[in-house]
Amino acid sequence: MKKAMLPLAAVLLGGTAAMATEGTVHVYNWSDYIDESLLAKFEEETGLELVYDVFDSNELLETKLLAGGSGYDVVVPTGTFLERQIQAGVFRELDFGQLPNSENLWDVVKERTEKYDPGNAYSVNYMWGTTGLGVNMAKVQEVLGEDAPIDSLDLVFKPEKMEKLASCGVHFLDAPTEIIPAALRYLGEDPDSHDPDVIGKTEDLLMSVRPYVTKFHSSEYINALANGEICVAFGWSGDILQARDRAAEADNGVEITYNAPKEGALMWFDQMAIPADAPNPEGALAFLNFIMDPQNMAAASNYVYYANGNKASQEFLNEDVIGDPAIYPSEETLENLYTVTAYEPKVQRVVTRLWTKVKSGT
Amino acid sequence: MNPRRLVLIAAPYAWLLALFMVPFLIVLKISLSDTAVAIPPYAPTFDLSAGWAGIREFFGGLDFENFIWLTEDDLYWKSYLSSMKIAAVATFLTLLAGYPVAYAMSRAKPEWRPTLMMLIILPFWSSALIRVYAWIGILQSEGYLNQLLLWSGVIDTPLSILNTQVAVYIGIVYTYLPFMILPIYASLEKMDESLLEAAEDLGCTRITAFWRVTFPLSKPGIIAGCFLVFIPSLGEFVIPSILGGSQTLMIGKVLWEEFFSNRDWPVASAVAVVLLLILVIPIVLFQRNEERNA
Repeated sequence: MKKAMLPLAAVLLGGTAAMATEGTVHVYNWSDYIDESLLAKFEEETGLELVYDVFDSNELLETKLLAGGSGYDVVVPTGTFLERQIQAGVFRELDFGQLPNSENLWDVVKERTEKYDPGNAYSVNYMWGTTGLGVNMAKVQEVLGEDAPIDSLDLVFKPEKMEKLASCGVHFLDAPTEIIPAALRYLGEDPDSHDPDVIGKTEDLLMSVRPYVTKFHSSEYINALANGEICVAFGWSGDILQARDRAAEADNGVEITYNAPKEGALMWFDQMAIPADAPNPEGALAFLNFIMDPQNMAAASNYVYYANGNKASQEFLNEDVIGDPAIYPSEETLENLYTVTAYEPKVQRVVTRLWTKVKSGT
Repeated sequence: MNPRRLVLIAAPYAWLLALFMVPFLIVLKISLSDTAVAIPPYAPTFDLSAGWAGIREFFGGLDFENFIWLTEDDLYWKSYLSSMKIAAVATFLTLLAGYPVAYAMSRAKPEWRPTLMMLIILPFWSSALIRVYAWIGILQSEGYLNQLLLWSGVIDTPLSILNTQVAVYIGIVYTYLPFMILPIYASLEKMDESLLEAAEDLGCTRITAFWRVTFPLSKPGIIAGCFLVFIPSLGEFVIPSILGGSQTLMIGKVLWEEFFSNRDWPVASAVAVVLLLILVIPIVLFQRNEERNA
C-alpha cells in the first residue's frame, strides 16, 4: 500500500511544483499600499497564484534589484529610484500590446513620470502623492497654541517649535531623498539641487531640529499617529490619511489632519515595472493590466487614500478621495508641488553621509 | 595517514573553506573593486574567458582606495568604537544577570536541573526577531512596563526607554542571556562541592569561599560566555535598528547604509572586512583559552 502511494505522491508533488513555477506572480509593493481584497480577485480572475510581499524603503528594493535574481515579477520603485535603475538595466520594456488597460492612464501624470522614464517605456504609474505634515490637532495646539503653523515647514524646521513638539513626539521619514529637498526648499534653494555645496547648506538646519525628532522611520508613523503616540509626522500623504482613518475606526479621540506645506511639497510617483530577470513576465503583465482596470485601481485608491495615475478610475473614486485636495490637489496647489531627480553616485554618498550625521549626530 | 582520519579531518576544513574562506574572498574581492551603476553594482568582474590578460587586468583593477576611504571619514572608526563599547557594556550586564541564574541552577536539586535548563532554552523555540519585537510592546511609552510602574506609583510620567541606548542594552542582554548562562552553568555544575566544605572547615566564610573557590573555578565558563555574547553583539544590526534610536551608532547600521543607501558594495565590503579583522582578535583569544582548558 505504502509503495503504491509513493509514485502517486511524487506525481502530485511534481504536478503542483510545475504549476507553481508557471502560474505564480511575485509582486513586491510598498507596505499598506493596496486593498488586499484585490489580491484574491486577481487570483480568481486570472487563475494565477499571487505572492504579495511588502517593503518600506526604496533602498531595500533597489539593493535586491541590483543584486539580480530577486525573483519578483512586479516591483514598485519611486520615480527617482526607477530612473537610476533603468540606467542600470534592471527592467524590461513593457509590451503595451498586452496592456489594453493602459489607455486608461492619465496624461497629467504621464507627462511628469516621463522625467524618470523617458517615453514611459518601462513603467506605469501606480499611485502618487506628496510629502508633508501629519498633525494630531489637539496635541499640537496644546503645546504650540491655537495658531500652530500646521501647514508650514516652520512646524518641523523651527527649533523652538520642535523643542515643544518633542514632548508629544515627532517622526520624520527615514528617507534623505524626501527630507533634504524639503529642507532646501525651506531655505529658498532649488529642492532638486545636485550640488554638494548647496545640499550641505541643509546640514545646520537639520542638525538644529534633530535632537527633537523621536524617530526617523518610514512606516511606523501610521500607527504611532493613529494611537496618539506621536503628535507630528513628516511623512507621505496617504499614510497620514490612513492614520486618520485608523484613529477614527478605533474611536480613540485622536484627530489627524494632513497638509502639504505651503512653501511647496515634494510630489512623487510610485511606478510599477517588471525586472528584466522576472521569472514570469507574462504573469507580471497580467497583473499590471489587472491593476490598470478602472474599478480595481479605484478600489485601491479608495482604500489607501493615494491619488493614482488612472484617469478612467476617477469616476469610481469615493468623494472623500477625489474630493479631498490633500489627495487630488487643485490646479493651483499642483503648481506649488515640485519633483526631484536621482542623485549621481558621488552626490548620493554626500547625501547619505549628511543623513547619517543628522540621524546619529556624528 | 589512515584514510578514515583524513576524511574526518578534511570534513571541518572543507566546511570552513566552503562557508567561510570562499565567501570571505568574494567579499574581499568586492572591497577592492569600484562601484558602478549596473547589476551587480560594482566593477571589475572576473572574466575567465579573457585568459591571462584578463587575470592581469583583474588584478590591475583592484585597489585599496575603499580602505583608505574608511580612514578619511571619522564616521567609521567612531562606529567601530561605539559598537565595541556597546558590546562590552552589554556583555558585562549579561554576566551580571546570567551568573546568579547559572549559580542558582547549579545549586538546585539535581532532579530540577533538566527542567531549569529547558526553561533557559525554551525561548529559542520562537524566532529571535519576534522576541525583539515583543520588547517594543513592553518598553514603549504606553507599554506594559510603564503601565505597571505608573499603576504601582513608582513614577508619575512614563519613562521613554524605547529608541534609546538603554533599550539596546535590554535587547542584547535579553537575547544573549542563555549564551552566558549555559557555559557558566556547565563549569559550575562540574565543581566538587566538597571543596566548599573544605574551605569552610579551613575558616572561610561562605562569601570568601565563593570568591576564592567557586568564582575562580567558574572562570572558563565566564570567559566562554563573555566571548559568546561579545562577538555577535559587536556586529548586531537587528536589535539596534528595532529598539535603538537614531543616535545609536553601530557598525551594523553603517554597513547597512553603505550597502542599501549608497549602493556602494565595495565600501560596504571594506567595512565588513575591517569588522572581521577586529573580531579575529577576540576569536583567537577565545580559541587559545579553549585550548588551554582542553
